Amino acid sequence: MTNTTEQKQGFVGGTANYLDERLGLGAVVKGFGRKIFPDHWSFMLGEVAMYSFVILVLSGTFLTFFYQPSMAEVHYDGSYAPLKGAQMSIAYASSLDISFDIRGGLIMRQVHHWAALLFVAAAGLHMLRVFFTGAFRKPRELNWVVGFLLFLMGMAAGFTGYSLPDDLLSGNGLRIIDGMIKGIPVIGPAVSSGFFGGEFPGTEVVARLYSLHIMIVPALIIVLMGVHLMMVVIHKHTHYSGPGRRDDNVVGYPLMPVYVAKAGGFFFLVFGVIAAIAATFTINPIWNYGPYDPSPVSAGTQPDWYIGWLDGALRLAPSGWDVVIAGFVIPMGVMVPLVVSLVFLALVAAYPFIENWVTKDKREHHVLDRPRNAPTRTAIGAAGVTFYGVLWAGASTDLIATNFQMSLNQVLTAMQILLILGPVIAYWVTKRACLSLQRKDREMVLHGRETGRVVRLPHGEYIEVHEPVDKYELWKLVDFKEYEPVLPRPDARGKITVGNRLRSAVSRLYFEDRIAPVSKAEYELAHADHAPAIEDKPKSKRKQKALTK
Amino acid sequence: MSELEKRYSPGLAAQTKRPIEDPGIEPHRVRMTDKSEKHARTAERQIAAMFGVSVIGAIIAIWGFFAFPIVDGDLSATRNNSLWMGLGMALSMLGIGFGAVHWAKTLMPDNEVSELRHQARSSEETRAQALEVVKLADGESGFTRRKLIRRTMYGALAFFPIPGIIIFGDLGPVVGDSLRHTMWKSGTRLAKDPTGIPIKASDVTIGSVFHVIPEGLEDLEEHKLEEKAKAAVLLVRVNPEDLNEDPAKADWSYQGIVAYSKICTHVGCPVALYEQHTHHLLCPCHQSTFDLANHCEVVFGPASRPLPQLPITVDAEGYLVAQSDFLEPVGPSFWDMRK
Repeated sequence: MTNTTEQKQGFVGGTANYLDERLGLGAVVKGFGRKIFPDHWSFMLGEVAMYSFVILVLSGTFLTFFYQPSMAEVHYDGSYAPLKGAQMSIAYASSLDISFDIRGGLIMRQVHHWAALLFVAAAGLHMLRVFFTGAFRKPRELNWVVGFLLFLMGMAAGFTGYSLPDDLLSGNGLRIIDGMIKGIPVIGPAVSSGFFGGEFPGTEVVARLYSLHIMIVPALIIVLMGVHLMMVVIHKHTHYSGPGRRDDNVVGYPLMPVYVAKAGGFFFLVFGVIAAIAATFTINPIWNYGPYDPSPVSAGTQPDWYIGWLDGALRLAPSGWDVVIAGFVIPMGVMVPLVVSLVFLALVAAYPFIENWVTKDKREHHVLDRPRNAPTRTAIGAAGVTFYGVLWAGASTDLIATNFQMSLNQVLTAMQILLILGPVIAYWVTKRACLSLQRKDREMVLHGRETGRVVRLPHGEYIEVHEPVDKYELWKLVDFKEYEPVLPRPDARGKITVGNRLRSAVSRLYFEDRIAPVSKAEYELAHADHAPAIEDKPKSKRKQKALTK
Repeated sequence: MSELEKRYSPGLAAQTKRPIEDPGIEPHRVRMTDKSEKHARTAERQIAAMFGVSVIGAIIAIWGFFAFPIVDGDLSATRNNSLWMGLGMALSMLGIGFGAVHWAKTLMPDNEVSELRHQARSSEETRAQALEVVKLADGESGFTRRKLIRRTMYGALAFFPIPGIIIFGDLGPVVGDSLRHTMWKSGTRLAKDPTGIPIKASDVTIGSVFHVIPEGLEDLEEHKLEEKAKAAVLLVRVNPEDLNEDPAKADWSYQGIVAYSKICTHVGCPVALYEQHTHHLLCPCHQSTFDLANHCEVVFGPASRPLPQLPITVDAEGYLVAQSDFLEPVGPSFWDMRK
C-alpha cells in the first residue's frame, strides 16, 4: 500500500490497516460484521447477566484495593462511631473502612452487591426463557449444560463473596454451612476441618473464600462464558416462530451497526440502572450487624435471595429425622434437603437429554417453541418453578408469620404441604392452560379473530363478525412441531425392554393430550363453509351496512 | 432411510402439512425518521442531547467525590458522597445507553434480513478427511498398536493427579476429639456474655435469662471464637415445679436454674430466643424449637436432638459453676458422635 492512500484513509483507516496487516482482522470484520442477530426482549436476559458480570469485575477490582482478607483481631478505629473500639477481624474492619472512610467505597460496595443479585437473577430468568422456548434442543444441549454450570458458579461467587465482610450475618451463614458439612456421613467432620483450617470459625476461612471469590470462581465464569458465547456464534441465535423464520435461516438485524449500538448501549443501561439503585437503596448494611461472634444472632435473618431456596429446604425438613445405624448417626434432617436440592439441580441439567430420549427428534431446532405449543414441557417447567418457589418462600417462614400475624408452626406446615402439592397443581393447571391457548389459536386460524361487532342477518339471525388474521399472524399460529406418543415396540430380538416400556409411558404423558396444528384440509374446509362471517373484513361502511340490513 | 437421515430423524414428530405457504418476512414498516428528514434531524438532536446529559452526569459524579470529603464521625458526608457519585454515574451511563439505543432504533435501518444457517455437522468430505488425520496420527504414533505404552500411559495419567489432591491434606488438622469437648470443666464459673462477670445464683431471678460463657474465655490468647462457638450456654431459672427433670439428672440443676448449650443441634446457629410462658427456646435460623421444661426436647422444626444440658451447681461463694464438661457433643450431629 502506498503512502498516499494511507494518508487518505485518515486515523481510523490507518489503524484498521495497521491491525489487518499484523492480525488479519479484515477477515474477522468481514465474517462477523454483518452477522445476523434476531431481536426479542427475552434475548436480553442473558445479556443482562453478562453485563452484570462485567460490572462485578469492575467494581470488585476496586474493592480488592481496599479490602484485607485477614481474620486477625483489631480494635476498630474508623469513622463509624457506634463501633469505635470494638474488637473485630481485619476483614470486617476493612469492609467498614470501604463503607465509611473511602470516598466512593460505599457506592462501589453497593454496586457490587446489587450487580451480584442481578447477575444470578438474570441468569436464572435467562435459563427459564431457554427452557420454556425449547432453545436447549439439538444442537444446543451442551450449551444448556454450560449455562447451568454458569448459574451454579454465579451462586458460588455470590456465597463466597457474601462471607467476606466477616460480619455477624455472614458468619451465621458460614456456621450453617459448617453444620451441614459436619452432617455428611464419614467425611463430614474432616471436610469441615479442612475448610475452616481447624475448628469453626478458625482464622483461615475468609482468606480461603477470598481466593475462591476473586480468582477461581471468576476465572471459571470467564472460561464458561467464553465457551457459552462461542457456541452461540457456532449455532447462530435461535429465533421465535413467525413468517420467514425457519430452521435453516436466521432473521434479524446485522451486528454492525444495529447490534453494536443496541447491545453496547444496553450495557450502559444495565450499569446505569444498577448505579441508580446502588445510590439510593442500601444493601447489606454490615455496620448494623456487628462483627462475627458465635453467640448472638438477630431474628429474621435472611440469606441473599439465590441461597434462599437451600435455606428453605433446610427449614422444611420435619423434626426427628436423624437415624442411627450401628451406632453411627446420619442427620437426615440435614441430608435429605441436601440430597433433594442436588437431585433437583441434576434434573435441571439433564432435562434436554431426558426430553430428547422421549422424542428421539434428532433434527436441528432453531425456531423456538411458543411455550403453549409444548404443553407438557411448559407444565414441567411450571412445576419446577413452583417447587423452587416454595423452597424459597420456606426461607421466609418466620417473616411471613410475623408480618401476617400467623402461627409460625402453621406457616411451616403449610409450606411442607405446598412443597408436595404445589408442583402437582402447577403442572396440571399449566398443561390445561396451554391446551386451551392452543385451542384458541386453532379457533383464530379457522374462524378468524372476534371483533366484538354483532350484526343481524336479513333472516334475523345474529352473528358476531369474525375478522380473518393476516397471513403473517396466521403463519405464527400454524407453524409448530407436533409429536405423537409411541407404543412399546419389540426390539431386534423380539423383546420389549423395560426402557422401551418406560419411554412409551413417558411419551404418553408428554403427548397423549395434544392439540394438532390446523391442517391444510381443515383450513380449506372452514373457509369454504361459512363464508360471510369470516371471508374478509368489511372494506367499507357500505358493506357493513349491507350486512346489517 | 439413509444413515444421515437416521441421524437427523424426526423421532416422534408428526408430519402435518401447513394450511398456507410460509408468507416470508413481513414487509418493512416505514418509520417517521425514514420518510421525513425533519424527524430524522429531531432524532439526531435527541441523541446528541442524551450524550450531552451523560457528560453532565460524569461531572456530577466527579463533583460528588470532591464536594463531600470524609469527616470522622459525620455519616452524612459518606451518605452524600455515595449518593451523588452514584446518581452522577447512573446519569452518565444512562445517557450513553439511551442515546445509543435511540440511535439504533430511529436512524439505523430496521429492516430484518435473513441469513442461512449451516448444520453443525461437518460435510462428509471434511469428516472423511478428519478421520484420515486421526488414523494417520494413530498409525504414526502406534497408539492403538502398542498396547504396553498405551496402558502404562493410562496408569501414569491416573496416578499423577493424586499427589495434587494429597498436597491439600494440611488444609486442616486431623479431627481429634475436639468436637466432643468444650472449655467447661468442673468448677468453671458461669459468666455473663460478653462481659465475663461471674454469675451468682442469687442474681438469677425466676424467669430471667442469661447468655453465658465460661469464666476465663475473654482472657484466652487464641481460639477465643472457636471455644465460644462450642461453649456458649443459655441459663434460665424457672419455677422448680415447672421442670420435668430426668431423675438421673436431677442434681444437674440448682433450685430451678438450668443451663443448656446455646448451639443448635440442627446446624449450629445460636438458639437465642426464649419464650417465658411456654419455656420454649427458638432458633431464629431454621425455627427449631426446644422445650426447656422438658429436657430441651425438640418440639418443632428440623432439629433432631435435644440441646445438651450443662450440669451446674454453686461454689462456696455462691457463684454458679459447672460440675463438669457437657457429657455429649454440642452442636450439629456428626456421624461418629456416639462412638
